[in-house]
Amino acid sequence: MAEATQFNIVDPGIEEGLEKLTEERKNEVLSKFVATLKKGRFDVYVNTCIHCGLCSDACHWYQSFKDPIYSPVGKVKQTIWEILRRDGKVDKDFIRRAAEIAFTECNLCKRCSMYCPFGIDIGYMMNMVRRLCHLLGVVPLYIQDTCNSHAVTMNQMWVKEDEWIDTVFWQEDEGQAEIKNFYIPFDKEGADVMFSVIGPEPKFKPQLIQEVATLMYIAGIDFTFPSFDGWDNSDMAMYVGDFETCERIKRAHFEAAMKLKVKRIVMCECGHAFRSVYDVGNRCLGWKAHPIPVIHAIQLYYELLKSGRLKVVKKIKEPVTLHDPCNVVRGRGLGKYARYIMEQICENFIEMTPNNEHNFCCAAGGGVINCGPIWRGKRVAGNSVKADQIKRTGAKIVVTPCHNCHSGIADIIETYKLGVKNVFLVELLLQVVEIPDELKVEY
Amino acid sequence: MFELLGSDLLYKFLRGPMCWVAFILFFVGSIYKIIRYTKELSQEKVVFVYVKPQYALKSYFHWFLPFGTRNWRLHPYMNLFTFLFHISLIFVPIFLSAHNLLIYESWGISWWTIPDKLADIATIIVIISCIFFLGRRIFIKEVSYVTYLSDYFILAIVFFTFLTGFLAYHQVYTYKIFLNLHILFGEIMLISIPFTRLFHIWSFFFTRGYIASEFGYVRKVKDW
Amino acid sequence: MKESWDWESKDKVIANINEWKEKFIEVREITPSPDGEKVAAIVRTDEGFTVCENGKLWEGRYDRVWGLRYNSLNQPLALVTKDYEWTVAVDGQEWENRYEFIWNFILGTDGKTIAVNVKTMEQYSVAINDVTWEQVFHQTRGLVLSPDNTKAAAPVQIEPLKEGEVSKFFEGVWSVAVDGQVWDKKFVNVWNPVFSSDSKHVAAEVRLSRTEYTIAVDGKPWDKIFDNVWEPLFLPGRNQVIAPVKTSKGWTLALDGDPIWDYFTQVWHQKVSPDGNKIAAVVATAIGEWTIAVDGVPWNRKFSDAVLEPVFSPDGRKIAAVVKESKDPFKNITLFKNPDNDRWSIAVDGKRWEQTFDMIWDPLFSSDGEHIVTKAEIDGKYYVVLDGKVGKEAYEALWLPQFSPDNKKLLIRGILNGKYVRKVLSLDEI
Repeated sequence: MAEATQFNIVDPGIEEGLEKLTEERKNEVLSKFVATLKKGRFDVYVNTCIHCGLCSDACHWYQSFKDPIYSPVGKVKQTIWEILRRDGKVDKDFIRRAAEIAFTECNLCKRCSMYCPFGIDIGYMMNMVRRLCHLLGVVPLYIQDTCNSHAVTMNQMWVKEDEWIDTVFWQEDEGQAEIKNFYIPFDKEGADVMFSVIGPEPKFKPQLIQEVATLMYIAGIDFTFPSFDGWDNSDMAMYVGDFETCERIKRAHFEAAMKLKVKRIVMCECGHAFRSVYDVGNRCLGWKAHPIPVIHAIQLYYELLKSGRLKVVKKIKEPVTLHDPCNVVRGRGLGKYARYIMEQICENFIEMTPNNEHNFCCAAGGGVINCGPIWRGKRVAGNSVKADQIKRTGAKIVVTPCHNCHSGIADIIETYKLGVKNVFLVELLLQVVEIPDELKVEY
Repeated sequence: MFELLGSDLLYKFLRGPMCWVAFILFFVGSIYKIIRYTKELSQEKVVFVYVKPQYALKSYFHWFLPFGTRNWRLHPYMNLFTFLFHISLIFVPIFLSAHNLLIYESWGISWWTIPDKLADIATIIVIISCIFFLGRRIFIKEVSYVTYLSDYFILAIVFFTFLTGFLAYHQVYTYKIFLNLHILFGEIMLISIPFTRLFHIWSFFFTRGYIASEFGYVRKVKDW
Repeated sequence: MKESWDWESKDKVIANINEWKEKFIEVREITPSPDGEKVAAIVRTDEGFTVCENGKLWEGRYDRVWGLRYNSLNQPLALVTKDYEWTVAVDGQEWENRYEFIWNFILGTDGKTIAVNVKTMEQYSVAINDVTWEQVFHQTRGLVLSPDNTKAAAPVQIEPLKEGEVSKFFEGVWSVAVDGQVWDKKFVNVWNPVFSSDSKHVAAEVRLSRTEYTIAVDGKPWDKIFDNVWEPLFLPGRNQVIAPVKTSKGWTLALDGDPIWDYFTQVWHQKVSPDGNKIAAVVATAIGEWTIAVDGVPWNRKFSDAVLEPVFSPDGRKIAAVVKESKDPFKNITLFKNPDNDRWSIAVDGKRWEQTFDMIWDPLFSSDGEHIVTKAEIDGKYYVVLDGKVGKEAYEALWLPQFSPDNKKLLIRGILNGKYVRKVLSLDEI
């Protein structure tokens, strides 16, 4: 029996899944899983790990609790090693704990791969434990619901086809109050850029669509949004281990871009979606790279500033720090671009320590925040190290260019009473860039 | 018991057939596993297409360099012992003059050797490192949490190989017993490499090289 | 139809789009008619949005107009809204029906039957040519018209589902409605319904449980279960369905549930030749090795980045597809162009055209199958490309050229110096 933690959280999705799980199904899935553990990457990893514990300090969960059950290798021990040791003959209590570990105690941030001397990909292993839980039907309720939304609507938030279109129309109307003839073109074949967003934008933060479209409009970028499925780039299916749904939504996203004959896909300030499009979903489908190149919003802003298409006319005066989202900084090396932007738009930019690809995860990523509010307390407690990191900077604003980071850091700020505000990059940019007179609406 | 341990018969067995068995198992076992893994990893489709030697080499360099990575700098003692231990572990058996002599006697070939004094110091380093690693396994919670009997076993093989070698060289107590034990442990170590987690001497190059390629080539960040 | 078009006038300037841009507050979605004689755009006047065709405005003024296109009768169509009501307008004439929202604006094979998804009071349905299905649903997603243009099919949600109702979701709340009639069986998910060539049957991708996928024909699932499936396709003239399916061995093509091809890393966009004898599909033989397989045999030539759906020549002898390659796709990914990467072209029967482009559109065969025409982008300008040869003229905008009925001429519709022009060129004049 794996160790119990100090949090006694009961997740209805996990419990119901366990209840419905038959002995037959359990044995069938686990015996297949054990066979996968005994070959290829898994077998190499299991037979290479020398149990040195050097990955522990890489993990914000371990750093926050200082309890070895939260160390990366500790999580592998409680799941993979144990399944191997018992040759797959595990009980439901074990599966409950394995699901808790894989879904709520690991953000798949891959920082540990940089700290393991062997470069063992523990994030991959934990995601495969999630895959096991998916096959068993034992998945936290909220993230399963999100995955169901993906399967039905091809977006993360049950946004219906008409709701998406209507939201963009609405944001165009709103934008016209500020910018003359502001236009968010749908389905413009041959545009240079297809901009894609995540479901929560039309659902909860529609103004972000307007804001980024405004930036592109000012910068003279030839952009479009798809009016049809594929407009959403997010992917909780990948984090559930439901790679079939992952395949389906990534196909819709890339095929939307190919149908529209665009030259680039530019993605909103979101990290997990970038990971899914950049190096998970594409591979699931057989692409080595991307049929249409993929650019994250940070890089868009960087290139617009660097090329002079956007001009900075004033700077943010308050001290600002930057949270490096794992999936685009450790996942794509965009740290240097983010820093260029910060230097351009802030008078007083203060680094967190450690930073860039060594930055600590927000503890919300990897689908953890998507496991729902019942896990919030644990998630925030599991990242006191992030609270300390922010506090030490003395900054008044934390830039979080990723949706999950944004929500996760907001929870940390609130719980640890840090008294700072957190913003997306686009919000700061719109405060400092020049809007040419001919585009301003006169009143 | 002692008589057997110190016997010429055992010596001849360990120096003769057992030696062959050990080397054959070591080489054949290692090659077999490398081929098997290579096959399985190519079936996984998404592994080798991303492996790029230039990124792998850069990463090896940093991880082989003392204090060359952030994690090494965070763990200076561990880093120091790991380095000295592995260097000694590889150099002493291969370049020890006594080992060379044996090979010369058997096949008439020999190569460069290190001075016995240096080998002696290196052996002591290995022994002390083993004690250091043992200490970590017992006293550091995140290490003891993931320590199994097999970890002690692996450590013990190395420890006793070098300890008996050291004692035999210095002719402490009964030379013959320690010599036989030394050869025995050494052979167990060789055989263990392909069949235990000592396999990491080979797999390191794959696991590190693969993640380095994923980080360097695809993600465009360093992995150290 | 094409026979009646003007194939003699070499060069006609139809409208000065730059003047429109001066005259109106905004000009959106510039679209020419199929015969090239007309060009329309959504324009904004002081009274609101409307459609401008060859300089003439529709009577109606709207809060918004979008989705402008032409039908085969050379009439412009668009979705229009006024006072929070949406409808379809054909040549300025509005449908009688009004809806809270309409979308998925599609045209039938005849080029004139119009179908849309509609919503009124949170109830979803489908309308064809101004006739709305009687049945309403909790949600519809997408729709498809039958080849005879009399029926539509759409995935429909037939029971309410609140967020977080995971168990109920897995019991299945989705099905397919054909002409408003729902299949007997409910599914966890339903995607991409498709009609048979006689318009009598409908097949769709269905998900039976968390991990079980298959194809259902007229509501009856195949008896074989797969790890995943893609879009089904009826064989012409038969009630047999082919669909890509995924098993533990990889992707293959299945006919009525039985694999008929080898296994690949990916299989999709299967197409049947016009004579019904050959099946071609996009396949990946390994990660990053894309090509077309014909009856299960992949072309030798592979493409690193992408291959789009195969296009058969009318006689079924040739297959063309858009292909894309990069030297090193992970090198220098920038917002702007990278000359080594992202090169688009067309491959015909496994042989790629020599020249590559910044972007290329779908290949169009001449009716005798001898020529292929398309449009391509080079440095921000558009060109006619015939059999791999780039045309002389650089257009600011260009629409897909059309072959004349005798395949000796091309109709070209494009914008030159701000003016919409219609040209007829013989093939050697390109």
